[in-house]
Amino acid sequence: MYVSVKGGEKAINNAHSWLSEIRRGDVNIAELNIKQISEQLTLSVDRVMSEGSLYDKDLSALAIKQSRGDLIEAIFLMRAYRTTLPRIGSSKPIETSKMLCLRRISATFKDIPGKQKLGPTFDYTHRLLDFKLLADGEYEKAKIEKYDDKEIPHVLSFLNKEGLIQKEIPSGKTSKDITRNPINFPLTRSERLQSLSRGDEGFLLGLAYSTQRGYARNHAFVGELRTGYVEVQFEIPELGIEINIADVMFTECESVNQFKGSKKIPAQFTRGYGLVFGQLERKAISMALVDRSMRWKEFGEEYLGVAAQDEEFVISHCDNIQATGFLEHIKLPHYVDFQAELDLVRKIREEYKKNEQRT
Amino acid sequence: MNNVLKFKNNKTDVAAQDEIYNFAYLDENTKRMIRRALIKALCIPGYQVPFSSREMPMPYGWGTGGVQVTSSCLTTDDVIKVIDQGADDTTNAVSIRNFFKKTANIETTEKTSQASIIQTRHRIPEEKLKEKQILVYQVPIPEPLAFLEPRYQETKKMHALSEYGIMHVKLYEDITKNGHIETAYAYPVKTNDRYIMDPSPIPKFDNPKMNNNPAIQLFGAGREQRIYAIPPYTEVTSLDFEDYPFDPSKAPHKCSICGSNESFLDEIITDDDGNRSFICSDTNYCNQRMENN
Repeated sequence: MYVSVKGGEKAINNAHSWLSEIRRGDVNIAELNIKQISEQLTLSVDRVMSEGSLYDKDLSALAIKQSRGDLIEAIFLMRAYRTTLPRIGSSKPIETSKMLCLRRISATFKDIPGKQKLGPTFDYTHRLLDFKLLADGEYEKAKIEKYDDKEIPHVLSFLNKEGLIQKEIPSGKTSKDITRNPINFPLTRSERLQSLSRGDEGFLLGLAYSTQRGYARNHAFVGELRTGYVEVQFEIPELGIEINIADVMFTECESVNQFKGSKKIPAQFTRGYGLVFGQLERKAISMALVDRSMRWKEFGEEYLGVAAQDEEFVISHCDNIQATGFLEHIKLPHYVDFQAELDLVRKIREEYKKNEQRT
Repeated sequence: MNNVLKFKNNKTDVAAQDEIYNFAYLDENTKRMIRRALIKALCIPGYQVPFSSREMPMPYGWGTGGVQVTSSCLTTDDVIKVIDQGADDTTNAVSIRNFFKKTANIETTEKTSQASIIQTRHRIPEEKLKEKQILVYQVPIPEPLAFLEPRYQETKKMHALSEYGIMHVKLYEDITKNGHIETAYAYPVKTNDRYIMDPSPIPKFDNPKMNNNPAIQLFGAGREQRIYAIPPYTEVTSLDFEDYPFDPSKAPHKCSICGSNESFLDEIITDDDGNRSFICSDTNYCNQRMENN
């Protein structure tokens, strides 16, 4: 007689021990510490903070260490921790024009007030493996220059003065926190942008790329891309004062898109918007392009039935924690459903055979 | 809140980690929000109530909806049973049971009759449920029409207008093509003669157990942010046609352990030649029968 296998609990415990050991790796090699990760793998840390929607470099580094460098797993750890945090209140809207810019470029104008600033970018590096890094400690020191701390106006505001670009009209409404309210389609733009900002970089990159290749083509210029620190202001109602609670690094992208005009609006340029934690340019640009393509209704454009235009499709599938959870759940036992299917298929096949013999 | 801050200040204090969360993990405000959704769901049987699902420390698709519903219903006096595929010792059932043991420190059981809350994935226990018991289903896709129309914006209208034509056409087409309705699990039901409802991926064999059940049946879909419910003694019918009545079939075998021919069976491959054997999927039911004999 067959006795069904027991011992799920023991198996889980053993698996966890093994996981712990393999995470540590060869014990003769020094263990990574959190500061090494948060200082030297900054872009991983940024991605985990951005898609984890929680700005805390130490926790992000811890999550990366704990997840063996699997960034989606690390994002998951951050999200699960974030959920347990109380919401004390909402900050004042951040002023990105007051950003302390490490980098600020425009692809639409050669010379702009506030200047182009390349900053620490991979853009013009030759992608050759640097074998010097195999040895220890060598790095180049950057030149120090005085920072002109005048406010840096947004490039698109100049187009705005001429009326050449569509105006963004403030809704005047407080944003609804998508992590505290259920999603109900159709969404407001604020809800859409919140979802995109924590959406999966790869997914948004692919969608943005598809619009460039002709699936609802909407040629985009990077009107402006800036990365730097912004003060986050919080108003304390009991005291009636505003205090600066953090300096947070953001990357912001404003795209300028061609627009032929429609029945509603004469020809002008339109905008897409991307804003993410950290120095995540690829993500910010992708976000701006996808945001723009989802605005077809607002501008009276044609719906071409492509993925990037479809709000419910994009937003329902851009969250990598939801996606990976559901995708990977098919590893769980499905004996019962499979058994039910087996019974049905066997029955249908038997009847098929009978019918065949008859004819 | 203080507990969370304590953790923030003691990032290195590993031992403190397990004690920092609220009873049954979720904070009280979240539980209240979920209970409101549950009450609404019980008032409108089969209607999908949107709720602000939280990110749980287990993956979406692994029972986060069920866990949030259970967590919101739990009191310190509860005795909980967790099953997956009908069994108490499948890995994910073990993991969820341990989660509640750890975060709520409550009594657990494998006995269906002794549990006040049963969280389940893919099965309804064979033993009849009683009044004051709660059965919590883990739901992957709460929308029964999703495989015919994936947009919530559309299906919401269909439910509002009771416009269920596409579902009946689908069932009809199955019969014309294969002589059978080709759905063996997650077989759609109508609740309280109003809403078409997804019973979660239970085998259709279990569908009749939902009808007029004395227990409260709650359904949680975490990733899809939906909760729905069947109050006790509510009519739940499986969709069918007069000339093709619903057939809650199962494998035509007996359990090779306890000999029951009334329970739903798992098929097991016993040797390299592919010989098969059948055993009860509900391990507690099977064990009880063996003890009683």
